[in-house]
Amino acid sequence: MSSELIINVVYLISAILFIVGLKRLQSPVTARTGNRIAGLGMLLAVVGTLFLRQILTPAEMIAGLMIGGFIGALMARRVKMTAMPELVAAFNGFGGLASSLVATSEIIQSGADQNLAAFLSVFIGVVTFSGSLIAFLKLSAKMTGNPIQFFGQYIVLGGITLSIIGSITWVFLGGDPITCLWILTGLSLLFGVLIVLPIGGADMPVIVAFLNALSGLAAAATGFVLNNTALIISGALVGASGIMLTNTMCVAMNRKFWQVMIGGFGGDSNDEESGKLVDGKTITSTTPDDTAIMLSYARKVIIVPGYGLAVAQAQHQVRELAEVLESMGVEVKYAVHPVAGRMPGHMNVLLAEANVPYDSLYEMDEINHEFESTDVALVIGANDVVNPAARHDKSSPIYGMPILNVDQAGTVVFLKRSMRPGYSGIPNLLFFEPNTRMLFGDAKDSVSELITEVKAV
Amino acid sequence: MELLLQLVTLFVLAMFIGREILSKVPQTLHTPLMSGSNAISGITIVGALVYAGMDGGSLVKWIGVFALIAATINVVGGFMVTGRMLEMFKKRPTD
Repeated sequence: MSSELIINVVYLISAILFIVGLKRLQSPVTARTGNRIAGLGMLLAVVGTLFLRQILTPAEMIAGLMIGGFIGALMARRVKMTAMPELVAAFNGFGGLASSLVATSEIIQSGADQNLAAFLSVFIGVVTFSGSLIAFLKLSAKMTGNPIQFFGQYIVLGGITLSIIGSITWVFLGGDPITCLWILTGLSLLFGVLIVLPIGGADMPVIVAFLNALSGLAAAATGFVLNNTALIISGALVGASGIMLTNTMCVAMNRKFWQVMIGGFGGDSNDEESGKLVDGKTITSTTPDDTAIMLSYARKVIIVPGYGLAVAQAQHQVRELAEVLESMGVEVKYAVHPVAGRMPGHMNVLLAEANVPYDSLYEMDEINHEFESTDVALVIGANDVVNPAARHDKSSPIYGMPILNVDQAGTVVFLKRSMRPGYSGIPNLLFFEPNTRMLFGDAKDSVSELITEVKAV
Repeated sequence: MELLLQLVTLFVLAMFIGREILSKVPQTLHTPLMSGSNAISGITIVGALVYAGMDGGSLVKWIGVFALIAATINVVGGFMVTGRMLEMFKKRPTD
């Protein structure tokens, strides 16, 4: 049997292992073995390639594997769960970078090849890389999370898009592929930067999912360059996963993908004026003492976590509070909005880290009808996802977004640092309702005080 | 052309399989799904290996080595961090 045939069989087995592994992610019970099965598929593909392809000088290759493995392992081990969004963005970027570099190698190697797939692969891969880099910087707060927009942005972006199409067309009209390659790489870098810059913090879950899709599509495009079935199948699976998540996030915000991409929505914070925006209405602030009494005598409490919880790193305190309340006979559940946080599933990972059992975390549709029978809804660091303006205020930018019905609970307690609005910059009328109480302060400190007070009741 | 069509067929079918399987992943596992599928997109590593293992000190080889480092970070880091997250989704022993 030729080695070419054997390696294709190996790749087929790898692809099957990837599919089986991903399928096991459908339940938290089977997910761990699923991840191992997919990892095994990857190992098999790598080992198969090493044995069956002609590897002439292994020294640099082994060095590359060791350096990459070391850096990857270090990042994976040391990352805090609250920093997971930026880590995922970084890994997406490395994937895109790798795919574009492989396509670059192929273009240089084969010389004057008029290979559309190769140029597409460079384009998608480089855009994934530079876009992820900006997303990483924004998510890790190394640059502002507010949308960055400048005059003529879309004209510049349009110009770059046309130049990208032009440079690829030029190769097919007889232009020098290597020159084109470098021009295309430069333009794609700019393109990726420019599409992520105008995205605000609240839209980050969409963009992280989208970059995830791109990293898959980049791998698939590279597969077309190398005629490699393993790359095509895996890339398509990842692409489908990312597109599905992007779509889920858009639906959860009632926004179209293009609206998100235009950007300008949802900075990290602005407008301290919003507390005054509503004339003649006042807020009712409360103390940990009063809140603790209310919680202790409640029959049912629903905790609604948001990005503010991640910022304050209050997940462990929240879990402790829930446990104390449960020990007193209070029913405690968590309601997680799909776009709470900065990436799909962000809150779930955070709470899982704090040992909150995953079966007490409820998705929006599962729990929304339960707020009516809830005594206290405890909203920690969330805002837009509970803003009733989404239901009835047609002028509101978040109009139509499905929200958690916390306003139907007996009492709503907001744990907030100050009266500033949510990440969309929209004031929340719920703050001014008679059954709403505001508990100001750092979420971690507030929850710690609540624990002490509840224990004292 | 015939080969291209076969590959496109493969791509399209794999997209459908991906969609079928992954739309059933619960919201609670969306982050591990992203990091895990991202690790799988590091499959580019098999392409990088071929170029990194080439003879001589050509530009292509060094680009290949660089690609290999990036892909390995993606693969090793991606699977490890996914594993780390999924460990947290274990049921507690008291349950």
